[in-house]
Amino acid sequence: MNENIHLSTQFDADLERLRSKVHEMGGLVEKQINMVTKAYVENNIEAVLDVLENDSEVNAFEKSIDNDCIHIIAKRQPTASDLRLVMSISKMVTELERSGDEVKKMAKSIRRIQERDLTVLKATTDVRHLAQAASEQIRSALDTFARLDPEEARVIIEKDDALDMEFKSIIRQLITYMMEDPRTITTALDIITMARAIERVGDHAKNIAEQVIYIVEGRDIRHLANGN
Amino acid sequence: MTTEILQSKIKTNHLDFYYGKFHALKNVNLDIPASKVTAFIGPSGCGKSTLLRTFNRMYELYPKQRVEGKILLDGKDIHDKGQDINLLRAKVGMVFQKPTPFPMSIYDNIAFGVKLYESLSKRDMEERVEWALKKAALWSEVKDKLNQSGSSLSGGQQQRLCIARCVAVKPNVLLLDEPCSALDPISTARVEELIHELKKDYTIVIVTHNMQQAARVSDYTAYMYLGELIEFNNTNDIFIKPSDKRTEDYITGRIS
Repeated sequence: MNENIHLSTQFDADLERLRSKVHEMGGLVEKQINMVTKAYVENNIEAVLDVLENDSEVNAFEKSIDNDCIHIIAKRQPTASDLRLVMSISKMVTELERSGDEVKKMAKSIRRIQERDLTVLKATTDVRHLAQAASEQIRSALDTFARLDPEEARVIIEKDDALDMEFKSIIRQLITYMMEDPRTITTALDIITMARAIERVGDHAKNIAEQVIYIVEGRDIRHLANGN
Repeated sequence: MTTEILQSKIKTNHLDFYYGKFHALKNVNLDIPASKVTAFIGPSGCGKSTLLRTFNRMYELYPKQRVEGKILLDGKDIHDKGQDINLLRAKVGMVFQKPTPFPMSIYDNIAFGVKLYESLSKRDMEERVEWALKKAALWSEVKDKLNQSGSSLSGGQQQRLCIARCVAVKPNVLLLDEPCSALDPISTARVEELIHELKKDYTIVIVTHNMQQAARVSDYTAYMYLGELIEFNNTNDIFIKPSDKRTEDYITGRIS
């Protein structure tokens, strides 16, 4: 990444403002994931409602950052690393916004689970660990973006496989429950919805990491088997 | 990405250029592909116009300017003793920054150059003038006033008239030295459109200070700095992922 400053200090300021806004948005999404995990673990309906309410703030960030990107493109005609940065930010905020939507799905599932009382399923499936891992992935992806470190980005991409494996194992576990006792089906499906949402958050973190590699190296590694 | 086999039109080998003692071009090795648009970009004084002017030996009009190294046009050295300079300039046409119509009618502006190289019948000449004006996308605007003075046209039209004048002698190469810097955006767009049309038949080399213009019109871009060729690559790579830090700093508008 280019460390030199622009002839136009205003351009530097615009880009810096854009980057810090992405971090603000990322921080909010991370907070949402942690809050929804807590709501699930502690059966905390207040936290569920907070999460649902905050989602509009995440959405507003997406629109505002995209708008800033469009202004920079219109006014500055960025090229090379600047162009890659602006385009990637516009894509990254979509990933973050969608992560926010997944969190919202999780919150709604939790609300439904709480209305019934089948805590035994909850106790035995490790959704909490999956959620923590996804939250960690999002945080690392944002750190990687802050440092523009493609090596770290590659680590995040690799780690996504572990998350996918864990998700599949939860599904297998829940299928067993459902076969043994059909009364668990409704709740098990809600937990599956949650786990699926968490796994998607992990995918979004991976996509952010791919954008970081694009910003730094100019290489589009999306949809490639080994990330190289 | 498709890789096409490119035919070389102009090739420079270890090209150096001096304005008296000033070393303006330093060991430039460049291969300009045929039927493509190549843009030269770089800060003022980097040698891009100087390089352009070596291709038709325009510098020879001035004393104390000299070239070392080779410039090959279609594989033949343009400095060979047998090379007729007028024929070279007919083959390698040039359009300058400011429109330079001759103080004569629109028709004669075009016919004048043709007469130097060919003797055509009145009818053939009329056809040639019409053909050149059509090539330069100016015909529909001037066909009813061919006898009016060239300088009665607008700046953008004058520049297209100069391009038509250049095209009329059927060159292989068109050298454009900041052809749009004195034009408004609409005339600029017309000239850019024209460049796109003309590259089917000609090899075009354009010097421009407007980076977005280079990005828009060219297939290949050369970045020059302090008389050196820093990077030469296809335009997409230069503007999205340049390999040299100095190119990156220049096109992103950074202080290096």
